[in-house]
Parts: sequence; C-alpha cells; structure tokens
Amino acid sequence: MKGVIYTETTVFAPPEQFAADAPYQLVIVTLEDGKRVTARIAGDRVTIGDAVVLAETRDTIPFFKKA
Amino acid sequence: MIGIGKTAFGAFADRDLRSLAVEAGWAALADANVTPSQVEAFYLGNFAGPSFVGQNHLAPYIAGAMGVEHVPCTRFEAACASSGSAFFHAWSAVAAGVYDLVLVGGVEKMTSQTTPKVTEILAGAGDMAGEGRAGATFPALFAMIARRHMHQYGTTREQLASVAVKNHANGAKNPQAHMRKVITLEQALKGKPIADPLTVYDCSLVSDGAAAVLLCPMDRAHEFTRKPVWVRGIAQTSDHVALDEKEDITTFRAVSEAAQKAYKMAGVTAKDIQFAELHDCFTIAEIVATEDLGFVEKGSGGAYAESGCTSLTGERPINTSGGLKSKGHPVGATGVAQICDVALQLRGEAGERQIARHELGLTQNLGGSGATAVVTVLGVA
Repeated sequence: MKGVIYTETTVFAPPEQFAADAPYQLVIVTLEDGKRVTARIAGDRVTIGDAVVLAETRDTIPFFKKA
Repeated sequence: MIGIGKTAFGAFADRDLRSLAVEAGWAALADANVTPSQVEAFYLGNFAGPSFVGQNHLAPYIAGAMGVEHVPCTRFEAACASSGSAFFHAWSAVAAGVYDLVLVGGVEKMTSQTTPKVTEILAGAGDMAGEGRAGATFPALFAMIARRHMHQYGTTREQLASVAVKNHANGAKNPQAHMRKVITLEQALKGKPIADPLTVYDCSLVSDGAAAVLLCPMDRAHEFTRKPVWVRGIAQTSDHVALDEKEDITTFRAVSEAAQKAYKMAGVTAKDIQFAELHDCFTIAEIVATEDLGFVEKGSGGAYAESGCTSLTGERPINTSGGLKSKGHPVGATGVAQICDVALQLRGEAGERQIARHELGLTQNLGGSGATAVVTVLGVA
C-alpha cells in the first residue's frame, strides 16, 4: 500500500494506552485510490507531501515508512 | 432567553458534578425570578459524565436535586457541542409551542481523573476504530489540522500563539475564568509541546463547571425580565466523525453550513455580527472558525488573529470571556456557557471586559473535530 502524507504531527502527550510509545509521529496518508487513512510512522520522520509505503501492521495499527 | 447562570470554571476538588449543575440551574432560574416548579422541561448537555464520574441518567438526577420534578428531563451528548445541541433542541421545542418555560443546562466534571485518562476519554469523541486506534488524541487531530492549514495558507506559529495571548488577556478580566493569567507571545511559543506544532498554550483547559439558561416564547419574555435576549437564528449540523473522512480538513463544513442557516434565519450576514464566542478548543480552531463563519476569506484567519481586530477593543471582539483557552472548557458546559457570555455582553453586564458595540453576537460550538456544529445568532430583544 502506497500513498502521500496529507498531514502529520508528533504526539508528546499520549492517551493512557499509548504512554510507552510517546513521542510518536501520527499521520494521515492519502492512498493511491484517493482514500485516506490515519496511521503511524516507522523510522525517519516525514513531512507533508512525502511518498510513503506500508511497512507493517502492529495490533491492527498501520505503520508507514518513507518510500 | 430570560435567565442565565454559570458557576466559576476551574479545578474544584470539593465539588461534584451534580452540585455544579444545580448551582448553575438555580442561578438561571433566580435571574428570571422563576421557581423550579414552573419549569416544564429540562435539557442537559453532558459529554462523558459516566466515564468521568461514573454516573448515568444525569438529567433527572440533576433536575431532582434542583426541584424540577415530574417533567421531561433528557441528556444530550454531542462531544464538546453537547450543551449547544441541548440548547438547539430546547429552542426547537419552545419555538414549536410544546413548552413555555424550558431550562437548558450543561455540565462536566473532569479534574478528578489524571491527564492521560482525560486524554483517553476525550479521544472517544473521535473515531475509535480508526484514528483512535492509531493513537490520535484531540490535540493531535487539531495539530494535524494546524499543519495542513500552515501548509496550504502559510499560517504561522506566531499567528496561532496570538489567539492564546488575546484569550488569556480577556480571561484575566473574567472573575469566573479558570486561568486568570496574562501570557506573552514568547511564553506561548515556548510552551511544553503537546502535539507538534501545538504547545500547552495552544490547548484549552481541563475544567469543572456548569452553565444554564432559561428559555420562553418571545411574547412572554417581558413577564420575567427587562433584558430578554432574542435567539434570532440557530442551526445544528453534522459531518463525518473521523478527520480522515473529510475532504478538506482546513475547514469545518458543519460550521459553515450551520452559519449560513443561522444567518438566514436571523436575516443577517457575517459582516453584521459585532462580536462572538468561538470554540477555541485549540488556537487553530478559532482561526478556522473565523474563516468558516465568513468573518474573513478562507486562509486569512491567521493574519486576522494577529491583526488585533479580534481583541476587546478591535472591530469584532472574539472570546471576550477568555474562551475555552482561559475561561476553561468543561466540555459539556461549553455551548451554554458561550451563550451566557454573549448574553452578558448583550445585556451590558460584562464588567471590565464589556465591549462598546453589543447588539448582535454569535456563538459557535464544535463537537469533536467538526462532526457536530451549533451556531447561534443572539440579539437584544
């Protein structure tokens, strides 16, 4: 699955269940079919417009990385 | 609207949800010289009482303690627009002739939980199967809106921070505000990061508090008060809950549609609105709201915020109460509290923060990341 970063943020104040992950980068990716998905980033930080691919799915959470 | 009442907003370890709601309700009734037994229905806005304090069935629970008995009592939940929604439905019932005297309340008791727990409960106003699953918090959703707005329109960190500086300056003049503290632009910019680019100064407060108003038909208003406030236009609209399902996240479609409907009902345009209480849950939200309400062109809300036009002495003061940022944001109370604050200005009773032109004001109450919007145009009757 491929797409482009539509928007992003880095979360420093997480909800209780993600306390161990913080800080983590959260993004909305525009996929090739035009649909959007809210996901996390694995590896290098990304900015708006970056091309990304699905790296893995952990506990049903999609993680994308730079293409 | 013949009566208004509000508790102070803050962190009150010794107050429970019901006592806050009762205080606000009794204040609104006293303001109109109406007794609890005269109330024909009670509409309550509350987002997450069951999660925050473990109490359900809140509307009759509060009404009974106020002495409002044996009448319809119903709770409305629409995230941070819960009491805006309760107000809209109460107004609809009075306008339809179902009741004459209707009490509308809003309440939230948030500070008995830890910040991570509050963050988790608030996240439930989003799509827990999608964005919530991925780790989105409300600050994160609005941070992503801010990022996109900065990307598309060149909005700056300083423009975001200017909203916080202005609202804190106003809140410092409000004896009922949660955080009566003036802040500088530099402080706001250097605040602790919450969700990049938003710092703690871009985020509204976690508060306890309640607000209430009393409604009656226009032709009976002068039986109760010399200063009735006229609900000239009102609309509630909705949109997708998940941010990633919206075509353009730099605008709240529900807000612009509610505004157009409310303006039409009131027979006014955006330029007629002299002042407003806007839903500044995050600084970017006030900027986007000024665009969606038609106060300025799309994309120029940041420059407008920075220009001084929205300060107490500006051409269109916004959030003279201090807004959610400084007055506080007990989420279920906010919609009705905004209406109380506009009413105070219309009645000329806003004290140190009273503005010069105060005949036509507006409230904009937002639920979640724009899934519910209520816009109300209020004038002197």
